[in-house]
Amino acid sequence: MNELAAAVPWLGKRNPMAARWLILIIAIVAPFIAWQFGKSWVRILDFALLYMMLALGLNLVVGFAGLLDLGYIAFYAVGAYTFAFLASPHFDIHLPFWAILPLGAGFAALAGIMLGFPVLRLRGDYLAIVTLGFGEIVRIFMLNLNYPVNITNGPQGINMIDPINLFGWDLSRNIQVTENFSINSLFLYYYFFLLAVTGSIIFIQRLQISRVGRAWAAMRDDELAAKAIGINTRNMKLLAFSLGATFGGVSGCLFGAFQGFVSPESFSLMESIAVLTMVVFGGMGNIAGAVVGAFVLALLPEILRDVAVPLQQTLFGHVLLDPEVLRMLLLSLAMILMMLLRPAGMIPARARYCHDEHLINKLKQEAAK
Amino acid sequence: MITLLEARNIGKRFGGLQALSDVSLTIRKGEVYGLIGPNGAGKTTFFNVLTGAYTPDGGEFVFNGSLLPTGKPHKVVGRGIARTFQNIRLFRELTALENVMAGHHIRTKAGVWGVLTQNRFTREEERLTTERAYELLKYVGIERFADVVSKNLSYGDQRRLEIARALATEPQLLALDEPAAGMNATETGQLKLLIEQIRRDGITVMLIEHDVKLVMGLCDRVAVLDFGKKIAEDVPAVVQKNEAVIAAYLGGGKHAH
Repeated sequence: MNELAAAVPWLGKRNPMAARWLILIIAIVAPFIAWQFGKSWVRILDFALLYMMLALGLNLVVGFAGLLDLGYIAFYAVGAYTFAFLASPHFDIHLPFWAILPLGAGFAALAGIMLGFPVLRLRGDYLAIVTLGFGEIVRIFMLNLNYPVNITNGPQGINMIDPINLFGWDLSRNIQVTENFSINSLFLYYYFFLLAVTGSIIFIQRLQISRVGRAWAAMRDDELAAKAIGINTRNMKLLAFSLGATFGGVSGCLFGAFQGFVSPESFSLMESIAVLTMVVFGGMGNIAGAVVGAFVLALLPEILRDVAVPLQQTLFGHVLLDPEVLRMLLLSLAMILMMLLRPAGMIPARARYCHDEHLINKLKQEAAK
Repeated sequence: MITLLEARNIGKRFGGLQALSDVSLTIRKGEVYGLIGPNGAGKTTFFNVLTGAYTPDGGEFVFNGSLLPTGKPHKVVGRGIARTFQNIRLFRELTALENVMAGHHIRTKAGVWGVLTQNRFTREEERLTTERAYELLKYVGIERFADVVSKNLSYGDQRRLEIARALATEPQLLALDEPAAGMNATETGQLKLLIEQIRRDGITVMLIEHDVKLVMGLCDRVAVLDFGKKIAEDVPAVVQKNEAVIAAYLGGGKHAH
């Protein structure tokens, strides 16, 4: 959480501890504020958290290891479909949540390695094209694997997926505290997802500031030099792909359970690009950027939907531009402006790859003697 | 004297160009060995073949008494050969300290599980890596820039940092590709002192260099390459007077165009 705290304007540099508490309080209070505007906004926050997890995972691949991946949503799909297969009436299998989660993560990691092997020697544009193809292949498989044997149920998708059940506690049921006060299930999902995102952030920050994170950064900055100091770039690339995919897979599992329904439509190329946009918009290569980018870009279209439709109705008497069209338009505009004005993203912080400022200060003092 | 590295009949061809043909040389433990020759003679190609960046078409390297794997850079580094580059190749977005820490990669073990759990072994290893990296920065004399992002360092300091990063792999043989390129006289003088210090600390140095004064003052023995062939190998004073070498540099002799 250190990096996220440091990114808080003004407070982050002066009092990181206070900044950390501030983030925590905002994160806890957010759904209550959203609730004031309507139930759907809490739902939007839940989705924002899922996007955060995706952005964090993709940032690991693109930002840390420097491997441009345009098919990242495929891992999200693998996670979501794993959950759908193993916890729905479709095959009539109903495994517990805790059994499926590692499976979903594992399958996604496997898919990551499957993608990783053929693209080991590719870089930049070529890598982007192959990963883009991979993402589409996975989606088209999901779309067409309903014949001759019905596996994915094709374009109809899989329905009635079991909700998340934590040791007998069903997250999809509202908790009735008193007769006229209940905690909505959306809140329960929110806090569960928040926990998952927090865990992801801690894990990824530990990875970043470690031998592994430095090896990725080295490979990203200069692959030849990385090889020349003894980094096994093949293994490190595969590790980046599989770990990045793991986050996609976990996020996909949560998505499937939360939504209760998966179909190939949710995993289109546009979604891959949306997640990549979040990473780039927030600031590539640092955790705070991924989190903020995901949060802003997940919320923005929803706000737009709420504002643009009534606005157009009052101005023109009818809706000229569909909010979905407007969303793509504004997203592109935001990206163009970003590239021109702030090419390093909203939070252009440099990621650190070694910790222990105490130790470094101590060494400096010793050297000064 | 003990032989550290023996190159036996190394050959390398790029299409129609024979970049190296039948190059054999031996480097003894503890010496500074110079590799010189006109531009395009195959010096850097020899480095690339030695460190596994290229696979040789023929020949083999014997390092410390056993065969060196070819075409596998990380294994070569693991055996104890480190290199720097002619055109500086640092990890631009990392600080000086992080660059050197990355160089320690091959001598450390922490994996994903250790990093995730932050167990005692991983934390201890991370601490040692940090300390060692800082020491190495001090060794090459740029510790005050430990927190500076490497792309912002001055040219001479970048060269020093590259040497520190190579030393972090704990090599027995340090291969420097034109370390003095683009340096002024003062910087070259400091570099000479640094290389002498490295030699005193028991690391064998192999160096490609164009600065004749530096080569003659620093190297114990020198090999001369011309058109991919070794044309001389001896102590600097003898090589300097070798007719074939003079011809190669001045454009006379049998290779004249």
